[in-house]
Amino acid sequence: MASLVLVLGTAVARAQDAPMQTLLQDHSATIVKSSRKTIGPAIDAVAGSGLPQAQVVLQSWQAKDMWLRKEDGLFFRAEKIDSKTYRLFDFDTDADLGAFAKSDLKQIKPNSGIRALLGSALVRFQLLDPDPAKRADALLSLERDPSADALEPLRASIDDEPDDELRAKKVRLERLLTIGYDPDEPARIAAIQEMSTDLGVDVRATLNPLVATSLKVYAGEAPAAWNIATSLTPGSDQLPRAEAYDLLVAEKLAPPRVSGDDIRNALIENIQDGQVAEVPIHRFSDPAIREIAYANLANAGTVPPLVTETDIDAALAAHTFVQVFADPSPAVTTAASAALESISYRVGINQTIDLTLDALSLASIYFLAAIGLAITFGVMGVINMAHGEFIMMGAYTGYVVQQFIPDHTLSIIVAIPLAFAVTFAAGVAMERLVIRWLYNRPLETLLATFGISIALQQLAKNIFGTQARPLTSPGWLDGALELNDVVSISYIRIAIFVLALIFLALFLFIMKRTRLGLEIRAVTQNPRMASSMGINPNRVNMLTFGLGSGIAGIAGVAIGLFAKVTSELGSDYIVQSFMTVVVGGVGNIWGTLAGATMIGFLQKGIEWFNPSNTLAAQTYMIVFIIIFIQFRPRGIIALKGRAAGD
Amino acid sequence: MRKSFFAQNPSVLIFLAILGLFTLGVTVMSEAYGNGAISTSFVKTLGKTLCLAMIAIAMDLVWGYTGILSLGHFAFFGIGGYMIGMWLMYARTYDIVVASLAEAPIPPTEQELVDAVGNQIFGVVGSSEFPLIWTFADSLTIQLALVVLVPGIIAGVFGWLAFRSRVTGVYLSILTQAMTLALAFYLFQNDSGLRGNNGLSGLQNLPGMDDVPQALISVWFLWASAGALALTYLFGAFVVSGKFGSVIRGIRDNEARVRFLGYSVETYKLFIFTATAMLAGIAGALYYPQAGIVNPAEIAPIASIYLAVWVAIGGRGRLYGAVIGAIFVSLVSSWFTGGQAPDINLGFYTVKWVDWWLIVLGLSFVGVTLFAPAGIGGLVDLVTNRKSPDRHGADLGPDAGALQEKEALE
Repeated sequence: MASLVLVLGTAVARAQDAPMQTLLQDHSATIVKSSRKTIGPAIDAVAGSGLPQAQVVLQSWQAKDMWLRKEDGLFFRAEKIDSKTYRLFDFDTDADLGAFAKSDLKQIKPNSGIRALLGSALVRFQLLDPDPAKRADALLSLERDPSADALEPLRASIDDEPDDELRAKKVRLERLLTIGYDPDEPARIAAIQEMSTDLGVDVRATLNPLVATSLKVYAGEAPAAWNIATSLTPGSDQLPRAEAYDLLVAEKLAPPRVSGDDIRNALIENIQDGQVAEVPIHRFSDPAIREIAYANLANAGTVPPLVTETDIDAALAAHTFVQVFADPSPAVTTAASAALESISYRVGINQTIDLTLDALSLASIYFLAAIGLAITFGVMGVINMAHGEFIMMGAYTGYVVQQFIPDHTLSIIVAIPLAFAVTFAAGVAMERLVIRWLYNRPLETLLATFGISIALQQLAKNIFGTQARPLTSPGWLDGALELNDVVSISYIRIAIFVLALIFLALFLFIMKRTRLGLEIRAVTQNPRMASSMGINPNRVNMLTFGLGSGIAGIAGVAIGLFAKVTSELGSDYIVQSFMTVVVGGVGNIWGTLAGATMIGFLQKGIEWFNPSNTLAAQTYMIVFIIIFIQFRPRGIIALKGRAAGD
Repeated sequence: MRKSFFAQNPSVLIFLAILGLFTLGVTVMSEAYGNGAISTSFVKTLGKTLCLAMIAIAMDLVWGYTGILSLGHFAFFGIGGYMIGMWLMYARTYDIVVASLAEAPIPPTEQELVDAVGNQIFGVVGSSEFPLIWTFADSLTIQLALVVLVPGIIAGVFGWLAFRSRVTGVYLSILTQAMTLALAFYLFQNDSGLRGNNGLSGLQNLPGMDDVPQALISVWFLWASAGALALTYLFGAFVVSGKFGSVIRGIRDNEARVRFLGYSVETYKLFIFTATAMLAGIAGALYYPQAGIVNPAEIAPIASIYLAVWVAIGGRGRLYGAVIGAIFVSLVSSWFTGGQAPDINLGFYTVKWVDWWLIVLGLSFVGVTLFAPAGIGGLVDLVTNRKSPDRHGADLGPDAGALQEKEALE
């Protein structure tokens, strides 16, 4: 009696300062019963209570953390201490009530149906959460896992959304959910038409499942519930005969075909005294004999009969094959198809833009790798097979500088002139020691510089090892410039493009506006005449070669930022670089530019036809270049007259 | 009176004698026919080296004599290996499949056999169908013909296109290098039908000769390689000795002048380019059954450049130079990179030859180009007392043999 009074007393006391507990007690029976059909009012009551505790209750309920204390029938949130004891917390005050034995408690175990209901009730809270970050999280999880239940709470939350950005996101998500889940057909169609100019991947991801088709087959009348897209003729390109018949077999509308393996197995099973159906075994190396024996077996009823081509034709003729839309409503699928078509047209245009940007960036990489060659090979006519290794030296210089200067921006600023200095020195040394002795023997220059190339490559391997070294780009070059969901270009590629333009300008400035450029051009055209004018051809050659090598070093820093820095870095680019110069036309910087552009666009274009196979793309590109050289052996922009030399 | 062929080319008899003695010596020291002083694997290495000498002669003909620095001949070598490899692999797998299916309760049909072979060969690239290029793989005769035909046709088409548009000198070198790269990229694909980067393997096992030990087979291949090398040398000496030889050397030294004299320069170049490609194919067909495996990495442009390195170190423009270069550099390379060479301890740093050999090779290559354009073969001149004319002034032509300023004035 006393205990009853005590219980009643606490219950009364709670009614005033424990509104949530009271509410739960009102629905105590349904909560404990935990049935999906009857739980609705209890969840609505908690969710609609307007109490700040409601969210915690729903969350712990969903996570199976809500427990019932057996002695007084009150609900608490529990935390596990060990397998036998749990710590209880009051819902209203969040006060720690101490540890309780598990035997005194009863866990509320909602089934998956109830947990889903709780989840959508929770969405409402999360969408209205005062913390914008939590609202954004809720939207994100809805985007990832859209459901019909979320539509109502989402709509309800739009009007009260204070943040403009989140509000726009909510409106967009509401449109997508409407397309997918709204029971009202005109509302869905309106939403589809509204979104039909949107390029977002999410729009396509919402629309595509609606118009996804599956292959189905029927005899006689088509079932009324099917939303038929097209009907197919067996034997056409869309539906080969074999596939059509396999579908019939899978639907159990026709007997399975008897394959060669089946025949063999059936024959093996029915061997009697060295023969099958009176055909001796040794004759079975002939498929025709095998079929005769099998037919004999089938006539005797031991095996299923052979399915002949006429049987297949008859079965195919008796059935109609159709593509059926996943969504049952024809109006919706028509609207969705039209919307997808309009989207894919826009996507196509944007993809072309994206491809052009890609090709442009590849072209600028090739240009960067080739511009040094355009000087040494194009202007001086010296084949430098070690050019790729100068690119590699530049990249490794950048890596070494980063070991001493941890700040990435500063290290790149230091690395660029340093790489120029290192490769300039290497180039001058090579010119003085090797190349100047071979000026009239280009083939031997090729071989000698190749010797230097393998030596330098192996030297780099010995010093830096075979594994790739990182050359990290500064933080402000991370990420990409995204114009929309289709067109994006990483900042580093933009930087390389800009660098290529700078180099072009620098090259033109040096060649056309400086004393050195004038002397280079003079020595190139006629060394003897130039030397009688007081120009020292040896000095000019040395400086020119150093300049070309130095630019290769800077290109190495740029290439190292996005490619792996290994000792093979240079040899990956050397053939393409030579191609660029040769295709463009030797001795002309604009030719090199044209060559790089052509090769870049060509490679991206071929890759677009066959994106899975970059090896094939490179193969076809080289074959194309070989053929191109047939028609313009001197390159796109050919020198004419005396400047052409031979 | 015209001197006889051998009198004109004293090196031929000497070369054939040395090659014969060498082959005989290896045979009597082999495990199969002699006292076993030379292990079977070394007999194979020697046999392979003879094949490399053969392609070096081809390279010398096309570069040393005609002046076309082709960076694609090793690709033809690889193609030859692929062509014979297709038959070796098909025939041997076929034998294995026949043996294993003979255990089955009923005899297999022809189609079942072919399917099983396809499954065995193309399982590694996730396929079991025979691609079109394997159509003739079951016929040794046709594949042997393809060993010369495929390189011949590729070289013929490529050479015709390149020579008729007058692509010469370094441009041609770069173009041949691009061709090699394209071919390697093509073979690297799994759907090229030649097992992608796995290549063809198990080529050392000759079909139908499972009972014959490798010791015997290795000596047979050594004989075959030596025979082929001898024939190649004779062919090379024949080609370069007569009028034809004078014309191609003329093309090397001054192409335009030979053209003005009325010779069809393109035809000469095309002949040499195609014939040497075929020779390279034959050399490859002999090499890869001894190596046991052929894959696209063998075809990469770098291999063709090494070929040029051998010929340059051995001495361009003389057939024995090419042979000496190929044998010397490839044997020394395998000695250094095989880890047999002793490390040099400098106190502060130990020079490991595995790491440093390529640097030495690269630099010695530069040295040979600069200081000894005649290569190792040039040493022979010291013995025969053949002196090159005392030349001064700058070169006028594109290559070492070209007329020089002072001569031109005289």
